[in-house]
Amino acid sequence: MMNHLRQHWLSNIRGDVLAGSVVALALIPEAIAFSIIAGVDPKVGLYASFCIAFVTAFTGGRPAMISAATGAMALLMVTLVKDHGLQYLLAASVLCGVFQIIAGIFKLGGLMRFVSRSVVTGFVNALAILIFLAQLPEITGANATVTVYILLGAGLGIIYLFPYITRAVPSPLVCIVSLTIIAIYFGIDVRTVGDMGELPDSLPIFLIPDIPLNFETLTIIFPYSITMAAVGLLESMMTATILDDLTDTPSNKNRECVGQGTANIASGFLGGMAGCAMIGQSVINVKSGGRTRLSTLIAGVFLLILVVFLGDWVAQIPMAALVAVMIMVSIGTFSWSSVVALRSHPKSSSIVMLSTVAVVVVTHNLALGVLLGVLLSALFFARKVGDILYIGSSLDESGQHRTYQVVGQVFFTSAEQFIEGFNFKEAMDKVTIDLHRAHFWDITAISSLDKVVLKFRRDGTNVELTGLNEASATLVDRFAVHDKPEAIDQLMGH
Amino acid sequence: MRTKVIACIDDSQYAQAICDYAAWCAKQMHAPLSLLHVLGKVAHPSNANLSGTIGLGSQEALLEELAGLDERRNKIALQQGKAMLQAARERVNRHGITEIESRQRHGGLLDTLKDLEEETRMLVVGKRGADTASAHGHIGSHLEGIIRTMNCPVLIAQQSFTIPSQVMLAFDGSATAFKCVDMIATSPLLQGIPCHLVMAGNDTPDNQAALAKAQATLKAAGFNTHAALVAGDAEKTLADYQQQQSIDLLIMGAYGHSRIRHFIVGSTTTAMIRRTRVSLLVLR
Repeated sequence: MMNHLRQHWLSNIRGDVLAGSVVALALIPEAIAFSIIAGVDPKVGLYASFCIAFVTAFTGGRPAMISAATGAMALLMVTLVKDHGLQYLLAASVLCGVFQIIAGIFKLGGLMRFVSRSVVTGFVNALAILIFLAQLPEITGANATVTVYILLGAGLGIIYLFPYITRAVPSPLVCIVSLTIIAIYFGIDVRTVGDMGELPDSLPIFLIPDIPLNFETLTIIFPYSITMAAVGLLESMMTATILDDLTDTPSNKNRECVGQGTANIASGFLGGMAGCAMIGQSVINVKSGGRTRLSTLIAGVFLLILVVFLGDWVAQIPMAALVAVMIMVSIGTFSWSSVVALRSHPKSSSIVMLSTVAVVVVTHNLALGVLLGVLLSALFFARKVGDILYIGSSLDESGQHRTYQVVGQVFFTSAEQFIEGFNFKEAMDKVTIDLHRAHFWDITAISSLDKVVLKFRRDGTNVELTGLNEASATLVDRFAVHDKPEAIDQLMGH
Repeated sequence: MRTKVIACIDDSQYAQAICDYAAWCAKQMHAPLSLLHVLGKVAHPSNANLSGTIGLGSQEALLEELAGLDERRNKIALQQGKAMLQAARERVNRHGITEIESRQRHGGLLDTLKDLEEETRMLVVGKRGADTASAHGHIGSHLEGIIRTMNCPVLIAQQSFTIPSQVMLAFDGSATAFKCVDMIATSPLLQGIPCHLVMAGNDTPDNQAALAKAQATLKAAGFNTHAALVAGDAEKTLADYQQQQSIDLLIMGAYGHSRIRHFIVGSTTTAMIRRTRVSLLVLR
């Protein structure tokens, strides 16, 4: 046990503490910004971030991953908060946590394999676009003043140019601190964080959401909870995979699902909204040297300490500074290489990615976008494999016996093509259909075979089927070749 | 099939003694010898990039950077490991053993040994590894884990090798101890070497009987035995006896007491391993 403790918590203390602090400093503006997106007080997002980071440090399955209040989740809460208020949101967070724990227990983390890379890229791009769009109300309309733009420009300049001076201090921190000092010193009249709502003034306290405990409440929060659970798990699984690659260590996805669920339940009961893993912050964490669970814990605790004890100063941060940090996050999250790759990748992948992005940006619902993306990927795949079908034929010397060779995959997509491969107009005594190099995958395929045989019989032709046993071996639901090397040759031959 | 003697090679001062002990065991037991070097994961890199920003293509750049660092480090580690194994091979060759297998593995030492457990007949490790080489009185961090999880005998080598002229079995009358006696009696490893059966405890008829029974088993297998029942605290008396009689190899069963007792009082096994000045063979 000591070894386990050492490996997962104490093996990289300096790196983790530093990385956790850097992350906490960037988490503050994000939590505030996402609370504003959701339409609740900044207090809710900050308590949520502390809670989720704290709990996932202990219960999560991916060390060094940062989970907190996120934009993906915040976007799903807007209507719920508008229509029913904060208490329903807290209840929905708790229910979302329950769903996530169930998903973890039933090992639904494995469903990620049906989500293709194009969908994942589309998800990430859509998220970046949405975060950016959510910042626009702060810098347009009534806020489109010169001071705001100057502050914003200065903020972005500091964030991107300060690392060239030194890399030992996080530039978002420098940006926020300097802009706050400038705003206070010159008495600039801009919107500050304090104008957006309440900030935490105490440590979080346990409270049960104030909602009527009846079936009607359940019908209200159920759709929101299930969508939040799905989106939260999606983003967490994806972030976990990214971190696995970066750190070259494995992680337990199902344990992560349970961890996320526990964290969301805890957050709901402590007055925070639901959240999930954050790609941008996790990458910053690893980049700054964080490798173990200690970094997540430090991030959460440091965030809370800063906000509770420096609350008055936090209230004076100009919104322009927060917007600058959020724009940095959205630019960093967007996968620019995917735009370049649009030219070289196959059109079907590009269509999947673009439609995922489009649906998400229009509906503000990441789950819908992913569903559509998965559906499109599946359809494109079925179409591609459906094209792997060839029907050849040969006539014997008597001219009265034709043999058809079917080679390839016969399933619902290629069933029509299968039927069209036979010449029914020809008057023959006997027809042999050789199926031993074909594969029938479902009932549609079998029924199309029955149709062909019937048509030949009605025309008075004798039909003989050979190789049906081999062909229909793939009808079985759990056909797999990984334990049958000889089956691979048969499967791949066409 | 549990056939091989596996010797864990690393960079420490114990490597030469490990080779010698492994060669001696392999010769006595007529078993094939396998040299194992495990390339553990290097400690976390210290990256002083605390800029806290992510720009265009940050993720890909970071992956490339981390992968590049790992690649450079591990290439060197791989070469060093190969050199260690080559040196070990030559040393074992000098003892007259020709059938040597050498392996390099990635991952943790304990995980690798667990994977190889089915073919291991005997494991030879050093008391300390390269990391804790100068910490006298301490045992290596992996040692306890290895002894607990592996179901084969583990020979913990000291820094210098001598062919044992006298061995001592720490006997406490428990079932584990009797199992040890049976293992010694049936194994060709210690044939012909005088064996001292030492029990630390009071002079009760039960203890006398247990000791006599064990002595009989060993005599029947052709061992030249001495039995001794010494009063007092186990660690101290066994250590004193070992010094007085110039014992070269200590044998004991492992972790006979429950885990809870281990947690609260401390384990006799771990204490013995720490204190002993000679090589120790731990049987399960």
